[in-house]
Amino acid sequence: MAAIEVERHRGRLAALAIAVVVIAVGVPLWWKTTETYRAWLPVTQINQLAQLQLQLSVEVEVVFSRGTLTAEHQKKIDPTHTRLEEHPVDETTVLSYRYETRYRTATIMEEDALNQPTAAETDESLHLLSESPCGSVVIYVVPESTTLLPEGVSVYVGQRRTALLRAGRPMRVGVGLKEVLAHLETQVQQVLKVMSFSHSDITAALSDRVRLDYSSREGLADSMRAFKSSPGYEITFSLLNPDPKSHHLHWDIEAAVQSYIQPLLSKLAPVADFSLDSQILYYAVLGVNPRFDPSLNAYTLNADSLSHVINPVEARLGSSAASSNPVLNFLLYVPDARHSPLYITDHRKYTVVSNAFSSPRWGGIMVYNVNGTELPVHINIDMTRVMGVFLAQLRLMLGVQSSTPPPGFLVGPCGPAGLADWELDRLLWSRSVENVATATTTITSLAQLLDQIGNIVINDNIAEQVSAAVASLQLAVGQLEAGNLGLALQYSKEAILHSERAFFDPSLLHLLYFPDDQKFAIYIPLFLPMCVPILLSLLKMAAEARQRRRERQDKKE
Amino acid sequence: MLAFVLCGLVYVFVTADVQETNQVKDAEGQTHAVEEERQWEATEVETNLSLTDTPSDNEADHVQTCDRPPPPPAKDEIQEAAEEVRRDSLETNIVDVPSDKVDHVSDTKKTLDDPPPPPEKDRFQEELVIRPLHSGDTYASFQFRTLWDTDFFRGNKVLYYQLFPKSLGQVISKFSVSELHISFTQGYWRTMQWGQPFLPSPPGAELWEWCQDTVTDVDIAWKELTNVLSGIVCASLNFIDSTNTVQPSASFKPLGVGNGNAFSANAVLPREIVCTENLTPWKKLLPCGAKTGLAVLMNSEKVFHSSFYSQALHITPVCQDWQCKSTAWELKRTLNVVFDLHSSGQGKREWSLFKMFSRTLTEACPLRHCGEQFELSPATPLLSQAVVLGDRRTYSVYDLTNQATFGQMPAESGDMLRPLLHGERYVAGYGLPTGEIHTLVYNHHTYRAFPVLLLDTVPWYLRLYIHTLTTPAIYIHYQPSKDRLQPHLLEMLVQLPPNSVTEVTVQFERALLKWTEYTPDPNHGFYVGPLLAVPSVVAMDTNSTQERPLFSSFFPCKEESSYFMRVYTEPLLVNLPTPDFSMPYNVICLTCTVMAVGYGSLYNLLTHTFQVEEPGLRCVPLL
Repeated sequence: MAAIEVERHRGRLAALAIAVVVIAVGVPLWWKTTETYRAWLPVTQINQLAQLQLQLSVEVEVVFSRGTLTAEHQKKIDPTHTRLEEHPVDETTVLSYRYETRYRTATIMEEDALNQPTAAETDESLHLLSESPCGSVVIYVVPESTTLLPEGVSVYVGQRRTALLRAGRPMRVGVGLKEVLAHLETQVQQVLKVMSFSHSDITAALSDRVRLDYSSREGLADSMRAFKSSPGYEITFSLLNPDPKSHHLHWDIEAAVQSYIQPLLSKLAPVADFSLDSQILYYAVLGVNPRFDPSLNAYTLNADSLSHVINPVEARLGSSAASSNPVLNFLLYVPDARHSPLYITDHRKYTVVSNAFSSPRWGGIMVYNVNGTELPVHINIDMTRVMGVFLAQLRLMLGVQSSTPPPGFLVGPCGPAGLADWELDRLLWSRSVENVATATTTITSLAQLLDQIGNIVINDNIAEQVSAAVASLQLAVGQLEAGNLGLALQYSKEAILHSERAFFDPSLLHLLYFPDDQKFAIYIPLFLPMCVPILLSLLKMAAEARQRRRERQDKKE
Repeated sequence: MLAFVLCGLVYVFVTADVQETNQVKDAEGQTHAVEEERQWEATEVETNLSLTDTPSDNEADHVQTCDRPPPPPAKDEIQEAAEEVRRDSLETNIVDVPSDKVDHVSDTKKTLDDPPPPPEKDRFQEELVIRPLHSGDTYASFQFRTLWDTDFFRGNKVLYYQLFPKSLGQVISKFSVSELHISFTQGYWRTMQWGQPFLPSPPGAELWEWCQDTVTDVDIAWKELTNVLSGIVCASLNFIDSTNTVQPSASFKPLGVGNGNAFSANAVLPREIVCTENLTPWKKLLPCGAKTGLAVLMNSEKVFHSSFYSQALHITPVCQDWQCKSTAWELKRTLNVVFDLHSSGQGKREWSLFKMFSRTLTEACPLRHCGEQFELSPATPLLSQAVVLGDRRTYSVYDLTNQATFGQMPAESGDMLRPLLHGERYVAGYGLPTGEIHTLVYNHHTYRAFPVLLLDTVPWYLRLYIHTLTTPAIYIHYQPSKDRLQPHLLEMLVQLPPNSVTEVTVQFERALLKWTEYTPDPNHGFYVGPLLAVPSVVAMDTNSTQERPLFSSFFPCKEESSYFMRVYTEPLLVNLPTPDFSMPYNVICLTCTVMAVGYGSLYNLLTHTFQVEEPGLRCVPLL
């Protein structure tokens, strides 16, 4: 019987050996050959970005002109002053603003410039003296008795990054420096709210990250009007001529674009790339039949019906085939002779002066009435009138906010570009913050998705894009902290680009829809017959071992 | 500006008789066919008429003849009459005169509207030719031509579109296209019954492009271009990839003035099915849409209920004047339909616009401009002569504003011109592993031999045995295929003797595809694109100002005697060995079972002891 026992032992060893081989070699081999390739992602850095601590630094220079600060104060004044504001927006996002204020007295050349007869000229000559960097603000404190500012105006906001501030009453002789500065501080705060950013702007820019509660419908509408930040925009001007038989229209769009739109766009070049084109569409009609209003002796389009106007036109506009950038449409509609003149009325049934309306994140439509009794009529469209409307709409769509200044503020006329430097700065601030917010959301949700679905292949190029996005994000946040607005925008744009490229990479989808149940349906015919004998023999061995132990115990007893 | 000469008239070109067939002397000549054409002629003053020698003389001539009424047509004066139309129309666009010719025009200018509108950069023409075919079918050929006068070889960032569709303009500027041709065809053109089409196109979709040499990565640009175009024309052009794209070295020549040595690519998708969804975006590219003008007739219900349907887009750069000092983009949109009116009309040989399209023409597309409108009396047919593909015919032009001229044929249509060249193609052989492609090219000319370039593109899954290629070719260019990367490209220069059949055969082996590479209906078979024959005599005329009906200028040539044409054979349908597609799972199950059985026995052998059963002793299983 010993031979049988030896054989039994050998069989047991063989079964064990097979089990070991299957577990030690087979399982890792199967694991290795069926695993999906997942490149390394900078997870810790991404998690850090999920907790966004954004600090915006503004350099403010306050220049005291002659007669606004006593000699004694001039000696005592601390040349720099830093103020930090912290606003927790929600549990993951904290905003803090750092205002670095430098106080100095005006140089002789600046004094000369301040002696110009009008504020606008002063602004111009101050600009010639020094170029302030993007994002900074220079405030000149002028004596209370100055003639530069008209009566009742305490602040003049220039075309560049300078403002003139009328020295308040407490700046007279005999008042302590502390009170002077405290009074100045509140005024400077107000100026900065106009010229660089306000907290509401920045939180609105964070809308991708933070759920905001809009107290009013208007607030929501305002926040949705401007286009989302994008690396480029396509601007299309379309002339809709529903009746080419009776109206021979001519528009000199080429010259109009050159003189009105191009200066604005070249000024906005750091924000995004713009491409322009124009087209003429014939037989394009609005989707709504205008109503005849006998009191006006004209056809009217009510504000309520305007929302139905766009869809039929949209089909003709032709989506931008060559790029995926958002398209801003500006339509000039010349109503046909049977529906002419056509006026747009607001909710209170008053005709709108500009005869134009805009659709949030889409563009604007202007109705251009022509009067000609005998048909066909040749019309040369007055492009100045049209472009005035389109330019205003374009500013709205691009998010150049023209918020009403607080009382006592006088905003200088914007230059030939149609955009003052400080308005550009405001846009840059909110765009950088928006880009950072969007890119962090994209990257964190991508990381979350990849973490949740183990089937997704992460190729090296995706990992590269993610790392590049994270690196640019960190740079952008750092530049915002350092106050380099231009660089911050640059990096934030790169971050958006990389993060979107990673997020929308088609290779992420390949194995996404290979469900586990199908996978196991394929494996079972192999696994079941292989594992059952092994498991059974292991169980039997375990049972035998237990029995033997019991026998041994019985023997002992 | 608006150099549109208003020609608000609708002409009917009646083929009075065949004056002479330039090329084909065997002319079974007397063709009586009704051709209708509606034409907006945008003529320019730079028009280089063949009658006169110098442009300035030419000019003077026009100005003088402006007020002359068209002379009554007589058979011998047909040429004359046709020219008169041109002269009359010239009067209206004298504004376009280049500065050196101003002296001729100064007096006419005064008669124009004041103030003169600024110069128009775009021109638009539309035309419809209806030709009853010998077989009793009716061939309707629409053509819409837009000229876009823009500086396209320089990077112009801001683009202003008027009559040129914006979406195509963006494609041109983004991908630096220097020439682009897309065609969608449903049905096969029966050359022997129908004669030569104005513009041949292969069944399915075809795309060919030249891009400027500024493009850095042509493969990526081509890929993007096909994707963008498939969006614009709502077709599956995105299926074009490297496996069906070829870059022919000799067979394709740019039709426009573009630089010849730039990158070119050609792809054919014979599987593509053409339907309404392709027509709708195509109509959207017309400046008048389907609202007015000839496009009103394009009723998709009728147009697709036809024996043959083909729509195409051609974008070519053309010369503006005969010296080619300035260039413009020319966009031709063509739509060719063959209606089987004979069978649906109870055997009566008559047609009308309403019968064909269920619509009639109501109003002209007003997007042309002219100072004066010239009217033709309905009673006076105007005769025009045009040479299309060596076939000189005379077309009478009727004013179709009088509806009475519709619906009657002056005579039974006569013999058609026998097509000079045509091709046939079939697969021979039996069984699934191998086969043989036969291509026959016929030359019906009685005494003339033609050198012809044959272009054959065969997908990689038919592996050609090139050593079995039998061809009388003088020159062969062969580019072998790469599996899953590139197709076979075979270009042959063949001399076709007069009145002969030339046969090219090559054997092939069918490859086994991976199971994911099969189409959704693999038992239908796999299409192989048609063979293309191009006569190698090409003297292309890139001068767009040549005044002639649009249908005669698909392939503009300098001389009437040597002309350019393409002949496509039918595509092939080849059956590949098709597996049972539940096979993968079966294979997995079978393999696993085999594995399990083998493994099970091995396991039993290793872990069990087998011993001879002795009486009284039982085999004790070890475990």
